[in-house]
Amino acid sequence: MALHRGRGFAAINYPIGMNLGGDPSQALIHSNPDGKFTVALSAIDLGQGMKSVTRQIAAETLGVPVEDVYVDTADSDTGPHDMGSFASRGTHRMGNAVIMAAREARAVMLEAAAEELEVDASDLVTDGRGNIHVRGAPGRSITTLAAAQAAQFKQGRTIAGRGIFLIPLSDVDPDTGEMTPVSTFAHAAMLVEVEVDDETGEVTVTDMKSAYEVGRALNPRLVEQQLRGGAWMGMSHAAWETTEPYYPQRDHGPVDFNTYLMPGPGDLAPHHISILERPAEDGPYGGKGPGEMCANPVLPAVVNAIYDAVGVRIDELPATPEKILRGLKAQGGAKPKKRL
Amino acid sequence: MSGTDQPMIDFRKQFFANERDDNLNEIGKPTRRQDITGHVTGRSPFYDDHLFEGLLHMRCARSPHHAARIRRIDASAAERMPGVVRVLVGRDVPRNLNTLLSLLDFGIDDEPLLSTDRVRYRGEPVAAVIATSDARARDAVAAIRVDWEPLPHVLDVEEAVKPGAPVVLDVYPTNKFVYHGKYDHQKLRFGDVEAAFRQADIVVEGRYQMSPIEQAPMETCGAIAAPEQNGRFVCHTSTQALFFSLATASKTLEMPSSRLHFIGGTVGGGFGGKVDSIHEPLAVLGAMLTGRPVKFMWDREEEMQVGAPRGAERWYLKDGVMRDGRIVARRFTGYFDSGAYTRLSSYAIIKGVGHLPGPYTIPNVSADVYCVYTNRTPATAMRGFGITGVDFAIEAHMDKVAEAVGMNPVELRILNAYRDGDMKAHRRLAKNCALIECCQVVAEKAGVKLSPAMLAAASTRDGGGERARLPSHTATDENGRVQGYQASSYAKKGAKQPPPPGALALPPAARTEAPRPAAAQPPPPSTHTPAATAPRAGSMRFSSLSGFRKR
Amino acid sequence: MAMKPVTFTLNTEAKAAFTEDGQNLLDFLRRGAGDLSPKYGCGQGTCGACTVLVDGEPHLSCLVLAETVQGRRVETTAGLGQARPHALQEAFMERFAAQCGYCTPGMLMSAKALLDRNPRPSREEVIEAIAGNLCRCTGYEPIIAAILDVAEGRIRA
Repeated sequence: MALHRGRGFAAINYPIGMNLGGDPSQALIHSNPDGKFTVALSAIDLGQGMKSVTRQIAAETLGVPVEDVYVDTADSDTGPHDMGSFASRGTHRMGNAVIMAAREARAVMLEAAAEELEVDASDLVTDGRGNIHVRGAPGRSITTLAAAQAAQFKQGRTIAGRGIFLIPLSDVDPDTGEMTPVSTFAHAAMLVEVEVDDETGEVTVTDMKSAYEVGRALNPRLVEQQLRGGAWMGMSHAAWETTEPYYPQRDHGPVDFNTYLMPGPGDLAPHHISILERPAEDGPYGGKGPGEMCANPVLPAVVNAIYDAVGVRIDELPATPEKILRGLKAQGGAKPKKRL
Repeated sequence: MSGTDQPMIDFRKQFFANERDDNLNEIGKPTRRQDITGHVTGRSPFYDDHLFEGLLHMRCARSPHHAARIRRIDASAAERMPGVVRVLVGRDVPRNLNTLLSLLDFGIDDEPLLSTDRVRYRGEPVAAVIATSDARARDAVAAIRVDWEPLPHVLDVEEAVKPGAPVVLDVYPTNKFVYHGKYDHQKLRFGDVEAAFRQADIVVEGRYQMSPIEQAPMETCGAIAAPEQNGRFVCHTSTQALFFSLATASKTLEMPSSRLHFIGGTVGGGFGGKVDSIHEPLAVLGAMLTGRPVKFMWDREEEMQVGAPRGAERWYLKDGVMRDGRIVARRFTGYFDSGAYTRLSSYAIIKGVGHLPGPYTIPNVSADVYCVYTNRTPATAMRGFGITGVDFAIEAHMDKVAEAVGMNPVELRILNAYRDGDMKAHRRLAKNCALIECCQVVAEKAGVKLSPAMLAAASTRDGGGERARLPSHTATDENGRVQGYQASSYAKKGAKQPPPPGALALPPAARTEAPRPAAAQPPPPSTHTPAATAPRAGSMRFSSLSGFRKR
Repeated sequence: MAMKPVTFTLNTEAKAAFTEDGQNLLDFLRRGAGDLSPKYGCGQGTCGACTVLVDGEPHLSCLVLAETVQGRRVETTAGLGQARPHALQEAFMERFAAQCGYCTPGMLMSAKALLDRNPRPSREEVIEAIAGNLCRCTGYEPIIAAILDVAEGRIRA
């Protein structure tokens, strides 16, 4: 009876946005009297960071500090239509809508500043720190606060912008499946190491090494949150979780977290993440959406590692000790492969 | 711990550096989350954090059977119990039949909010008690008497598609969703897999089963609705899709959307499990019929057993491989277990088929994927919806292929990886690829030795050209042809629902044209104006508000 | 249904509120005392989202009868760092240790109970202290790191 170590590899890509398009998102942005901006959306923050990433995108496009932007979501009386937070569409679709809205608001802000500075708006740039100045002449400047107040209380302008992003719905050929599913893909590769106990059938993931390509990492810490948490979920899917342990039978279904199993803080594997950034040409600042794909490579990598360790193929998830022991019994014990 | 001195995270900025401007003010910065102070002080407003005086609580009576006819529902004892304000049954729901994707004009209405005559899965709701406390609502649920007549049921996808299997939904009499009004499955045909199998050196086959999984957000699904002024109703909800839920409530309650005020956006995890819009219509209906605030919230047991899971999937894969590792043909047969109703599974299959054969360039690909009805909890979205299960199958299969040809598993992926300009099986050109680079980075980190050719490979090189060509011959067939459905984009019954004007006149997406360069398809946001993207005729239905605007 | 008065200390404030027969502490704190920081995650004592401290000890408030806190001190995340952020709050923010934020108040209470009795815990002790608090978003590692940042003095209030 022994512990066997094995390594398994998998690589995946992931489609970003609702399949076939047809999923609009809208955004409204306006300046408040104090020169701060409110972004009104109907997007949902499930923890993925919708409020935060749209806030950074708005600030970048407006040319103001991120502290000057607040994202207000989701109230159907004030936020315009959005399809929702699913299909890895949030950052990509809503991010683009926010860019469009912020560009329109920025143009009005620059016009207001131009009037105050008595220059042409096309000669103005923002420094991202709350100032608008003439290109090449930082001395000729006005704060975004002063520009916003001049617009609203002197010039009679509304600094506001509207944005929408929609990839029109496309068709599917019933006979060949020809379609335009999405405009961009994220990518990942993953190598996991496991330890399999041939006496108990238990699998321990001992290490994960990954590379994720996410378009541009709009906020590297938010991306890391998704990848670390998502890979944990992948590990959980691979070896722990199911609502129906004896599928297709409906018996033994869990009803609480004592019977629905997930790895706890004591069951973690170190996860060494590398991030690659190949901007999506139609993504907001090149961003894709890392939130869904991060779990996917872990599932096959774990079963491949189990095979490498003991020679048992687990083709039905999750890889429970029972399945591994049955596999070991059928082949007369562990048969390590050590191919990787 | 790790046994290595590698960092826990690093950014490989050298890859694709010429495609990025890394000097932006806010983009790329590790700015703290906007919502973080709310989270660490406990002040973030989740839906259940809105307090209402006189709040009522809703709980459902549910089927104990996988399939049964309902002879009679007797709620008289429950209605007389202390604290019970009202018991709702199916006839209280103005339009008690819906399919979620009707908002996208996709599929036939198939699911009641509260079943009246038949149940199709264990846990299906048949009545909803509204009471002054959760405990009283639970007591009253236990006092509801239902006269059941159990019916035969089917739980396995391949059993369900056999002739003579118990029919789960009368509108889909073979237990299969209907695609495009034409076939009982979604097809993908690219080249000729059977001919290629005959020429391949090795054939590798496999069967894979993805398990059903609970999204398990820490906050359970729910909604609180209350009368507002001007005949409106406010609804605080955990939904992942505010207007999706609003439109579903509007449709099932036959209430103009202007009377609905939905508030959410701060949600305690979703992972796909909060799209189904079950709670919002019933909570608003409760508030309408009682004139009081009503909360409908799943407990954890309901979340796990009644809440729609990531559905089970069964995949059969067959690869034709040359001795040098090139995969020349790949065939898929897939069965999605949709459970008792459609919800979103039909859609996930199209998404999955558009994803096949995974991130590889394979000259011959074929897939038949079925959305199958069984007598289990309906399935729905979960993180990676339509993709996670088949990626498990593909990548477990790739490991077997690597072994069969005696190749390093990382090198097998790089050899077959798609590259910029390659033709994909759904007949669009690949772009923005990065699979090879991800494989190389992981190999380097894990000390997996790659050959010089594999180290030199790049997504931006050696794609296109011959690899951009459509197959000279594609083998097609009419297997699974159905009758009686309209040949529009989506499955619709003939006489009942005429198609939107113009929909029938649309040609299928250009089949024989030279492929459009994928890069030209979606216009970048800067040139993106509403006028330039006017969708096709009948497009009102793509808006999630269209269901009632059209009436 | 009989109503019973309960007087107790909620964080720094003396409180008096009525509890119904059989009401659990979670419901009592949220609806009776208006403290919404403890969360309902399961009602079964298996997720930890409702964790509060009673006289300094962590309790699953969904399993505690409300009337048993009579005369005792209850601490919740709403009372944490009222003047300026508590070190744990600062660490959770800095480490990006919250995503959806739903488990965070309970997680903070378990962490506070640990540090109050053991200011320099090991990684293993941190893991043990939060083992009853489930998180579905983060994969736990950032949470462990945040608590260790405080324990090892890298982040202070």
